[in-house]
Amino acid sequence: MNALYALFAVVALMLLAFLGVSTADLNVLFGAIVPYAAVSVFLIGVSYRVLKWATVPVPFRITTVCGQEKSLPWIKSSPLESPHNGVYAALRMALEVLAFRSLFRNTRISLAPDEKSIGGKRIVYSSNFFLWLGALAFHYCFLIILLRHFRFFTEPVVFFVPLLQDLDGFFQVGVPGVYMTGLIFVAAVGYLLLRRFSNPQVRYISLAADYFPLFLLLGIAGSGILMRYFFKVDVVKVKELMMGLIGFHPVVPDGIGSLFYIHLFLVCVLVAYFPFSKLVHMAGIFLSPTRNMANDNRAHRHINPWNYPVDVHTYEDWEEEFKDKLIAAGLPLDKG
Amino acid sequence: MYDGGKIVAGLVVFLAVVTSPIWYNVVAGKAEYRPDPKIVSQEKQCVAPKAWMTAMHMTLLNSWRDSVVREDNRVYVAANGKTYNMSLSKTCMQCHPNKSEFCDRCHNYASVNPYCWDCHVEPKEKK
Repeated sequence: MNALYALFAVVALMLLAFLGVSTADLNVLFGAIVPYAAVSVFLIGVSYRVLKWATVPVPFRITTVCGQEKSLPWIKSSPLESPHNGVYAALRMALEVLAFRSLFRNTRISLAPDEKSIGGKRIVYSSNFFLWLGALAFHYCFLIILLRHFRFFTEPVVFFVPLLQDLDGFFQVGVPGVYMTGLIFVAAVGYLLLRRFSNPQVRYISLAADYFPLFLLLGIAGSGILMRYFFKVDVVKVKELMMGLIGFHPVVPDGIGSLFYIHLFLVCVLVAYFPFSKLVHMAGIFLSPTRNMANDNRAHRHINPWNYPVDVHTYEDWEEEFKDKLIAAGLPLDKG
Repeated sequence: MYDGGKIVAGLVVFLAVVTSPIWYNVVAGKAEYRPDPKIVSQEKQCVAPKAWMTAMHMTLLNSWRDSVVREDNRVYVAANGKTYNMSLSKTCMQCHPNKSEFCDRCHNYASVNPYCWDCHVEPKEKK
């Protein structure tokens, strides 16, 4: 049911854009107002989220480690698993962000038949390799696709776009040349979606908010692929529209084709949806408190920032106060 | 201690990257540029209507390539019954000899790098 809600939502969004452009002639709304609004929501929303996180105090290093901490020189330490300074913490973060290392180590629990165990079954932990592979493939393809789209955002086209296009279209299949990333993207997102359907445990914990981004991404990729290979839109006019938006002189040329507006609207929805959803992990991954700190609690003193000055009455002060009485009672004094 | 300073620095970098196309186009100063492919031919009609050619010329050229190279068929019958010799250099470039002012204008604008000229000899243009 959750999946159906999400699917209906994406289909409704597509229909909204299609009907808005093809029958109600709302090209200006979908070609200029919605993109500006979506990008504003994205920038302000993500900034708000991050700034709110930035106000949280960091009283102590709560690093989760899986290796030997740096201690005595003759004990071999494992600085990437238990970073002892900022450089290794940054390296560990880089591996996390660029290679999804913690996801790679994620395990899957299942019950395997075992005659010796009670109930005839025992728990086995196995690698969740394909989840990691699918996630990695999806994220990198998305990055390359996004960077390829800079051909619509820059004039003259920025230098890395032709390089990426040549690499991506390396096999030179058909005209316009098929881009590998487009196919891998759909396959990877499709796998991530099927995984939610086919694995009972994952299906049980999947919400509409888990399915919605996947359907949305499939909608974006699908509309993009259709535009490129099947139902052509006027690419030059599309770039005129995008350059108008980027130069803050919005122009909405006629005759682009409603498929483009569906694509653009879904992208706008994705962009605006970011700060309100799990997609904000894009910013949040950098602020994972158990990963982005060095494990140096033993080497450095960390002062709790919300410590208030405590009014203490030391023994010296007390002795000074009752000096006469202590002398009179014949008790020894620290200060002689 | 607070890590707010580092986080805000990261946020500033992120915002700069996200808005980079805006700055790029401010520096390059060509946001208003529009490609204007120049047609020098006296002919009134291409092998197909202009709108169709704009969208589908690459598909047409690809099918011409397959037809000539793989099937040894050089005759293209247009929708209006007229026949053409399937040849990039001899038919297309007859009317559009100005590659840099015709093909390249839109292709450069949309960053399209067709591999026509891997095999064909680029036409020599009058400067």
